[in-house]
Amino acid sequence: MDDRRFLDYAPLRMTGTEFLQQLINGLSLGAFYALIALGYTMVYGVLRFINFAHGDVFMIGAFCGYYLSPRLLPHFAGWMTPLGPISVLVLTMLICALLGIAIEKIAYRPLRSRPKLTVLITAIGVSLFLEYGGQFAFGADPKSFPELMPDRALEGTGALTITTTQLAAYIVTISLLVALTFIVKRTRLGMAMRALSNNATAAALMGVNIDTVVSFTFGLGSALAGAGGILFALSYPSIDPLMGLLPGIKAFVAAVLGGIGNIPGAAVGGIVLGVVETFVGGSAFSTYRDAIAFALLIIILLFRPTGIFGRAQIEKV
Amino acid sequence: MKYRHIKKWILLAGIVLSAVASHFSGAINSYYLQIVIFIGINITLAVSLNLINGYTGQFSLGHAGFMAIGAYVSAYLSTEHSTAFFKTFGTNFFSIDLLFIGVLIAGGFVASIAGLIVGVPSLRLKGDYLAIVTLGFGEIIRVLIQNTDAVGGPRGYSGIASYTTLFWTYSVAAITIYVVVSLVDSTYGRGFLTVRDDEVAAEAVGINTTRYKVTAFVLGAFFAGVAGGLYAHSTTYINPSGFDFQRSIEIVIMVILGGMGSTAGVTFAAILLTLLLEYLRFVSGYEWLPEIVRRIAQNRVIIYSLVLIALMLLRPQGLFGRLPRRGIPVGGMAASRRTKLPAASA
Repeated sequence: MDDRRFLDYAPLRMTGTEFLQQLINGLSLGAFYALIALGYTMVYGVLRFINFAHGDVFMIGAFCGYYLSPRLLPHFAGWMTPLGPISVLVLTMLICALLGIAIEKIAYRPLRSRPKLTVLITAIGVSLFLEYGGQFAFGADPKSFPELMPDRALEGTGALTITTTQLAAYIVTISLLVALTFIVKRTRLGMAMRALSNNATAAALMGVNIDTVVSFTFGLGSALAGAGGILFALSYPSIDPLMGLLPGIKAFVAAVLGGIGNIPGAAVGGIVLGVVETFVGGSAFSTYRDAIAFALLIIILLFRPTGIFGRAQIEKV
Repeated sequence: MKYRHIKKWILLAGIVLSAVASHFSGAINSYYLQIVIFIGINITLAVSLNLINGYTGQFSLGHAGFMAIGAYVSAYLSTEHSTAFFKTFGTNFFSIDLLFIGVLIAGGFVASIAGLIVGVPSLRLKGDYLAIVTLGFGEIIRVLIQNTDAVGGPRGYSGIASYTTLFWTYSVAAITIYVVVSLVDSTYGRGFLTVRDDEVAAEAVGINTTRYKVTAFVLGAFFAGVAGGLYAHSTTYINPSGFDFQRSIEIVIMVILGGMGSTAGVTFAAILLTLLLEYLRFVSGYEWLPEIVRRIAQNRVIIYSLVLIALMLLRPQGLFGRLPRRGIPVGGMAASRRTKLPAASA
């Protein structure tokens, strides 16, 4: 116990390698947060409300991976082996996208012209339903996520350890971010999304079909959360129906940190949060790790409510 | 103004009735007694949350945190410092009551300080943001308690004296109802409603919205803390995970089901939900019911979630709530106007 204490205080004298190692671990945690945070931020951008159930779509993503992999992976052998995990990922993203669209259609759309609070309460309801309905359907006990790919340390990185799953998390996150940027900046639907978040009424008057764009946004965000779920489960292979709660709330913090409604902001916020949390987790305050995100949130909201990249909006009567 | 004195009579009747009931509580089956006490505690919690969420319109998701503070502070005081207390005042019926009142008020007081700390961010935040921040505060409180070894940390705190009686529980509930109702009905208290209905307009007519919001949080937290103290001295064992997000949601559901801003409705909902959830325990044991029904009955949160969604879709004002007159929606006219999107075509 005593030498543990001693080690816990070591971050003050952290070596360069240790620092880099923590940074690498933090970046991969940050990648998951970023993937979830993007969904929060996009939905907030178009509808101005927090989709509380988003963290649970992330959980559903992990469970999709759990149930899909034993059925899909055996079909890919030989040179096609790498396609197995990719097909699991793509199918999961598709299922999560459909789930997101369905949630919006059933629970949120009928309430769209109602006060914000009503929608918020419904979102909490949907979130609880997914969590405990998940417990009902999948069982409450944690399940061990199948190994989609060999998890080992890469060679030639010196004293640093980078695992293949971390590498996969980086690659998938970066490619999804690039794809998302392309969709938002270069396609018609992306333009419609931006128009809607800028001024919903004006966008509707210009002939943007609001329902389609909102559905699309939910689909896109949920697909990213599903991908995040799979990547998360690869690194932390114990999954249970309540696993989405904490990452979900933390990803929301990440979205606020970057400036809610701002897409690059969500990615940066996620990475910052992941790194900060990993460093705190490796310090003497490791038991406070889960409180860090909330403390950070309260500090940002008090001193810079618009986040790092957000712009202040003046509320007019 | 016809009902000007009715509140005082209700308060008096509540206290007298609880004293009488408490006198006969020895004859009640201890399991039923426990449920009746939980109902009283839940009424206190729901009515105090209603002051924040319902009357003032500041959606808080951290009520269990305030409750936890009250529970832990009062349990700690009554367990660790009772010997010194009894040495001074002697061990008799009267000194026990004095100690219990003291620790309850101390718990409520510390909780209200936490309410002040939470109330301050509420000055700048509204709606969803505030909900998440209060949720965060609740979780921070839980993590802090988990890391406090003096009260057992994650193992929980046991060996608390069983001081809670029907009399204390329902007197506290009656006082809470009295304070909240009188406050909101008073000239001063109208300010809470204006903050909820239209903050910008309230400010424009010179109402100190800041002060009202903080007052709501401090008072709400105080009563939640007292309720926590009652809870701790009723179960005699508390642990941090008993005051998690789910507990807060339970109280929020009581408020929403009863109707935000309706004390009678919220009281009714607290009674109804507590009984319903106890009843579900039996339902899950009925052999003749299909397996699936029994399993759903075991998992009470599924039912919460469905109740929430159905209420919001079908009756957002709750059982007893009234939609504000002239079509002003619950969240306030300004809130709906600013956020309104063209209605869905589906």
